[in-house]
Amino acid sequence: MMPRFLPMFRKEFIQMRRDRLTLGIMIGVPVIQLLMFGFAIQTEVRHIPTVVLDESRTPASREIVAAFENTGSFDIVRHVDGRPALDAAIARGDAQAGIVVPNDYPRDLARGRTATVQVVVDASDPLSSQSALAAAGAVGQVRNLQILGAAAGRTVLPLEVRVRPRYNPGLRSPNYIVPGLVGVILTITMVLITAMAIVRERERGTLEQLIVTPIRKTELMLGKIAPYVGVGLVQMSLVLLLGRFVFDVPLTGNVLLLYGVVLLFIVASLAFGLFVSTLVRTQQQAMQASFFFVLPNILLSGFMFPRAAMPLVFQWLGLALPLTHFLKVLRGILLKGTGVAALWQEILILAGFAVVLITLSVRRFRKTLD
Amino acid sequence: MTDFAVETHGLTRRFGTLTAVRDLDLAIATGEVFGLLGPNGSGKTTTIRMLCGLLEPSAGTARVAGIDVATEPDRIKERIGYMSQKFGLYEDLTVAENLDFYAGIYGLKNAARRARLDEVIGFLGLDRRFGQLAATLSGGWKRRLALGCALLHRPAVLFLDEPTAGVDPAARRAFWRTIHELARGGTTVLVTTHYMDEAERCDRLAMMSGGHLIALGTPVEVAAQVGGTAGATLEDAFIVLQERDER
Repeated sequence: MMPRFLPMFRKEFIQMRRDRLTLGIMIGVPVIQLLMFGFAIQTEVRHIPTVVLDESRTPASREIVAAFENTGSFDIVRHVDGRPALDAAIARGDAQAGIVVPNDYPRDLARGRTATVQVVVDASDPLSSQSALAAAGAVGQVRNLQILGAAAGRTVLPLEVRVRPRYNPGLRSPNYIVPGLVGVILTITMVLITAMAIVRERERGTLEQLIVTPIRKTELMLGKIAPYVGVGLVQMSLVLLLGRFVFDVPLTGNVLLLYGVVLLFIVASLAFGLFVSTLVRTQQQAMQASFFFVLPNILLSGFMFPRAAMPLVFQWLGLALPLTHFLKVLRGILLKGTGVAALWQEILILAGFAVVLITLSVRRFRKTLD
Repeated sequence: MTDFAVETHGLTRRFGTLTAVRDLDLAIATGEVFGLLGPNGSGKTTTIRMLCGLLEPSAGTARVAGIDVATEPDRIKERIGYMSQKFGLYEDLTVAENLDFYAGIYGLKNAARRARLDEVIGFLGLDRRFGQLAATLSGGWKRRLALGCALLHRPAVLFLDEPTAGVDPAARRAFWRTIHELARGGTTVLVTTHYMDEAERCDRLAMMSGGHLIALGTPVEVAAQVGGTAGATLEDAFIVLQERDER
């Protein structure tokens, strides 16, 4: 069938093994990225530095401030004397939230009027301000219920909504981040490596010598990318193992299915790298083109930002990225233990990407120098 | 079928508005050592690249080993060997690995592969550098290795683009002995060069200037045609050419 595939594969493998630095980067970078992102990225914001302006200085006011602190969302860093000092602290960035308990708080409370507590939030960072707002709202509700319950003489709550977060009961960020990282790391390295590998042969003049031989385009291209399938599988195994043992990310589903899908995604990514290599002339261009492709993958695929929150156009755009479908399958298998029955559509789409991109690349590739 | 190993009619190649090779007619006999001479930019490399199927001709026809270059570029590649100006092998592979790779790419198998590899390695004396990375070879040894890789499939026609540029005199002489040995064995060799002593070792020469042929014949004939006088040397001819081009 393809008699020259094997020599090509062997050659590429020897070169890959000999380039220790690149190999080290390919293995080291995923590990470092996982450890960094895994520890650093927490979507739930806690311990927001907070300043307090307690105008009344009574047991009641101290009680409500303590209630805020007990949520764990607010870390009281300082008490201030007046409104200007509070605003200044937030403006300087010393604090991201400020709690104001007015002078008449205890009096209103005692007389049965609506007592107010003000929470000022620095909303220039939407993620942490949302957490602060939610926590502040919850403090208010709990206090209200306690006060109303006491007034009505009831000790049992009339209604309780029981929430059960399935597939990630602890609402832990790593469970969400680690599968995403597998996809993002594979996308970056696989696309970049193949795009560079072919262009490098062109730049160094080795392609010229190679294309005066009877080697066929398919043999050349497939032989060239095949060794990197192995690299991709090693990368993903490393990330998943670290995810499992360092971050406790579960592996609920079928491991065989998981590797099958990863294989498909690796081939699709490599195929995209091949395609990039047929569009550019130099390694530098290859690098730029790859990064141009990687960024939308990170932003639109649902790796970190929920796709449901995006305008429709961008949701569609996201569907054009292999990573979007891969993440869905990956999270399904890892966290929910989903099987082929529920994921066959995404699997087919990934296979489609691989076939179309390889065909396109082989068609575009010319065994000539112009 | 003709008896010629390389035959071109009106071979032309344009790059945009620049015509790199214009109306080239060549006929090279089997077993001939044919030199292509001319200043830089005269179209030598473009000609060789067209004959190897690396560039498509803009007009005209070319047959190499009886096969049409434009219509069957892939079949040609089984019959030719090519050595580019720049070292085109893998510097991060050893001599042995480069040879082994090209043996595989040329489809050599089993006993025949072993035998042919031994033959080429012995012929070029490459066994002395076997385990060395290609990057660490001297210019002369790099050329030898490249020639070895281009010879593995016993090509009928060998194209050598400035094979001795940057090679020391002793290595150059050895290289030319090898070229003549190959020609005696029936291989047709088309070689470009800047060295006049090398041009004189060719059976026949073609001088190119500005993309077209200006003289053709044995070294003595070409010297007289271009140099103007009967006693002119190839060197004189070459300088006349160069000055004419610069004007």
